[in-house]
Order: sequence, then structure tokens, then C-alpha cells
Amino acid sequence: MSGPIIEARGIVNRFGTQTVHDGLDMIVQPGEIFGIVGGSGSGKSVLLNTVLGLRRPQAGEVKIYGTDITRLDATGLRQLKTRYGVTFQAGALFSSLTVLQNVQLPMLEHLQLDARTLDELAMLKVRIVGLPPEAAAKYPSQLSGGMIKRAALARALALDPGLLFLDEPTSGLDPISAAAFDELLVGLQRELALTVVMITHDLDSIFRTCNRVGVIIDKRMVSAPLAEIVEHPHPWIQAYFHGDRARRFGVGHGT
Amino acid sequence: MHYRLDRHDQALRLTLEGEWTVRQVGAIGAALATVSFEGVTRLEVAAAQGTLDLSGAWLLRDVLQRAEHAGVTVAFEGPRPAALELVEQTLGPGAGPAFVREERPLQPITALGKTVVDRWHGWLLGLAFIGEAVWRFMRALRDPRVWRPTSIARHVYDTGITAIPIVALIAFLISVIIAYMGAQQLQKFGADIFVVDLVTVGVLRELGVLLTAIIVAGRSGSAFAAEIGVMQLNQEVDALKATGVEPIEVLVLPRWIGLAIALPLLTVISDAVGILGGALLCQALLDMTFVQYFQRVDEAIGDWTFWVGLIKAPVFALLIAAAGTYRGMQVRGSSRELGRLTTVAVVQAIFLVILADALFAVLFMEIGI
Repeated sequence: MSGPIIEARGIVNRFGTQTVHDGLDMIVQPGEIFGIVGGSGSGKSVLLNTVLGLRRPQAGEVKIYGTDITRLDATGLRQLKTRYGVTFQAGALFSSLTVLQNVQLPMLEHLQLDARTLDELAMLKVRIVGLPPEAAAKYPSQLSGGMIKRAALARALALDPGLLFLDEPTSGLDPISAAAFDELLVGLQRELALTVVMITHDLDSIFRTCNRVGVIIDKRMVSAPLAEIVEHPHPWIQAYFHGDRARRFGVGHGT
Repeated sequence: MHYRLDRHDQALRLTLEGEWTVRQVGAIGAALATVSFEGVTRLEVAAAQGTLDLSGAWLLRDVLQRAEHAGVTVAFEGPRPAALELVEQTLGPGAGPAFVREERPLQPITALGKTVVDRWHGWLLGLAFIGEAVWRFMRALRDPRVWRPTSIARHVYDTGITAIPIVALIAFLISVIIAYMGAQQLQKFGADIFVVDLVTVGVLRELGVLLTAIIVAGRSGSAFAAEIGVMQLNQEVDALKATGVEPIEVLVLPRWIGLAIALPLLTVISDAVGILGGALLCQALLDMTFVQYFQRVDEAIGDWTFWVGLIKAPVFALLIAAAGTYRGMQVRGSSRELGRLTTVAVVQAIFLVILADALFAVLFMEIGI
């Protein structure tokens, strides 16, 4: 596919009198891991919902795979939704289904497969995210935080999408689990030629995984490759990447 | 087509074409399932022209395994597809993981035994819960600081005040039904006046309190179970415990006490509306004036008629509140549990109310009131 996978231009999102995005642009090229960064309340999740087609912006267009999703009808949207996978902040696994059933749900909805294929394909997804086979029969309440994140990733991969959206995939994980998750993500991205868009607050995670970063500032997005974004003069970006906590990674001028 | 099969003597050549992706896996799999490897010793795979995603790669691996199982040598023309490598790395060599789809169903005797033991444990846990609640209540009696008046007031409001319209409407309709049915039968004997006795005694002794309790069980029993259940799912109950606050004290007791205050009050309203409804219907059906009606009501009511009904209300309230709060506290893990236990709470509350009412009937008969 040529051209960007996601091309959002002039997005305006308002809640009542409060404007969250005012002419925001976001472009994601195939094969990148694109990190979305922004302060709390800057509208990261709203942006995600807009790009997913769950929320229609007040103005602007969002093209995914070249089609403008703000103009799609219900059938078109449903079709689009089989071509990307999403994980939510808290996992959002269906609590009354086992991990395997969670992975099978999108397949059951959108494909016609016999029971054996369904089981084996779901099992493949469970294994590929690094969960042990025993985890497949467990319910979400029996899983640790790290396993929930992985199970959510397995469900997002159920329909072999080329595009993944991850909402804070490493939040709430210990640094070692977070590192392991990032490693898994980079590995999968390389092997499966995925395009990944992830919202994250985790600086370690950004430096381990992202090729490009988009920062939401003043209701717009400033995006650049990782090496360039850290040089951006905006005070918030400077504080974010060059604050005390960032110094450890050796990205600041003064280190 | 997504593949081509050519046979040369004992060699089979599988050429992949086009997309082998998750959307085609069903169809390709079904088509390939009919391929027989009989008499074949060598399978050559040319994958270069196919686009494989993970699911497609799994399907290819499945076919190759089937071939190898039939004693066929598999060879690739060109490199093996990357996706296939990834699948093999993930699942390991050999057949897929021995995977059990369902747990083996229990044998009948085992299942019976398990049910009995589970039920027995359920009862013990229920008793323990009630025991703990009563013990905490006793402690609360001695230490007024643990009373939570705001919380109790909220529950009186939620379970009592807001229930007044529906309770009143139902009491009115029930009295209309009794008066109407009674009038039809009693008119045959010219005993019209006894319709008043029927309505008064029926509503005051039994129906007023019983129907109110059943409505409240449906409204508040379920609300108790759902509220506490969601708090369990959100770990709010654990948070309370960790803060050193006893969940029974803040979640359970205020609901019990609140409902024990609200239900008798609702019963009084229900009684009043019921008798009023009877008055309207007697006037409409039997041309009885209000004065005549209320004189007769006065004669029909014995010393105990009203109190026999009212005394049951707090007991019913405690049964409903106990069922609701206990089931709520039992919720663990999943949204399905929440739904199941809310249902159980309402069914048990209604059952307990009716059972208790039957016991009361026998008791009052024995002591002659």
C-alpha cells in the first residue's frame, strides 16, 4: 500500500463549549510505531476514539487505508473495524469469557470457521503474545495485570489486522513486564509488518518502541521522528523529554 | 483459487496463489481438507506467490503436518515463508498443543455430590454472614459512633420514599380486585356488607404487607445485590477493608436498618390506600356510602388485625436485605456472576418472604390472634 495508513486532517472535537482538538493533523505511515503523547486531559483518548470511528469529529476528515471514515455508513464502518485491532487501557477483556473465548469473539462475529480451526487459530494468538497454553482456559479475573495486557493484545490480533491501536499498553506494569511487553510488540511489529499507534505515558516504552512521536499540544499535534521531537523547543515537550525523569535516558542536551 | 495442485507420479506440487489470510482460511481449509495424500511420497510447496498472514500460515502448517503424518516428505521451493516460521516458532514442533475444548462433563453421581457439598457450603457461608452481621449490629448498639445515620437515611429514601407511588398503585389495584371478586360472589347471598370485611381483613393482615414486601424485594433486593456486587468487582470492598473500615458495618448494616424502617412505613401506606380503594369500589359497585363503609371497617377490625400485618414488615425487610447484601458480597470476578447473583438475591428474597408469611400464619393461628 502506498501513502499513509492513517491520515487525519483538521480534526475538531468539542464537548459543549470546551474545544479539545482544534485543527489537529495526524499522519501515520505504514510500518511505523507511532507514539501519541500528551498531558492528562489533552484528548488522547478522544483522538483515539475519533480515529477508530467510534466518535465523529465536529470537523475534519480521517482517512484509514485511504477511505474517509467520517463519511462511512454502518456497513462500511463494520468492515473497517475488522481491519484494525485495539487494546484498551484496562484491558477491557470480557469478564464472563475465558481468554480463548475472548480471542474467538471477533472471529465468530466476522468469519465462518469450524470449531477446530477456531480453537487452533485462537490458541496460536494466545501463544504468540507469550501467554502459556494454560492461560487460554482462564477467566480475566484469574490473570495478572501483565497477562491481561497480553490477552488484550491477543484479542486485538484475532483477525490478523495490519493496524494496531494500543491505549497505554504498559501502564500499571512493573518495569520488567513493561520491557517484556515492548519487546514482544516490537517483535510482532517486525514479523507481521504491523503499523502500530500507541498512546503512552511511559518514557522507557517510547524510547524502546516508537519510530515517530506525536505530541498533542495546544489542541494540535506536533509530530516528528523520535530523534527530532526531543529537540522541539516547545516548553511542554522540553519538560516531558528533558525533565528529571528523562535525564536517565541520556536524551537531554546537558547530559 | 488460492492454490494449484499438480500431480506427477508420486510427487504433489502445491503452489500458493493470492491471499492466504484470515478471511480465506475457512474456504481454503475446507477445499484442502478433501486432498488425499494416498500414493504420494513427496510434497513440493511453492509459496512465493502467496501472501500469508498468521492464520494463513497456520493453515499451511496444518496441511504440511497432515502430509507428514501420512508419510510424505515435504520440501519447499525457495525459502519458507516468514509467517510460517513464526507460527512454528510459537507453537513448537510437532502437532499443535494438546488442547481440551471443554472440561469433561461430570459423572451423574459426582455431579450430585458436588451440588450437595456446594449447597451445604453455601448455607454455612450464609449463616456465617448473618452471624457476623448480627454480631456487628450488637456491637453497634453499644457503640453509637458506628451508626451511620446519613447512610441509613439514604437507604430509607431509596427503598422507601421512592417506592411509595408503585406500592400505593399496587395496593389500590389489589383492593379493587378483592372487592370486585368478593362483591360478585357475596351479592348472591345478599351478604354485600361482608365485602368490606374481606377487603379490610385481607389487606391489613396479609396482602398489604406481602405485596409491598414482594415489590420491595424486586426493587431493593436487586439494587442491594447489584450495588455491592459492582463495588466488589471494582475492589471498592477491598479498599474499605484496607482502610480499616468494616464493609459489613458501612455497606450491610445501614441497608438492613434502612429497609427495616422503610418497609413498615410502606406497609402502613399500602394498608391505607388498600382500604381507600375498597371504599371507592364499594361505592361504585354496591352503592355503599363512605360512612357506611368506614363504620363497617371499624367493626371488622379486631384488636390485632392491623398489628398482625405490620409486625411482619420488619421481619420481611430483614430477609430481603439479608438476601440482597449477602449475594452482593459474594460477587467475584465477572459481570456474569453479578447478573446471576442479583437474580438469586431477588428469587431468594421473595421465596423467604412467602415462607416467613406462611410460618407467621401458622403462628398467629396457634396463639389465636
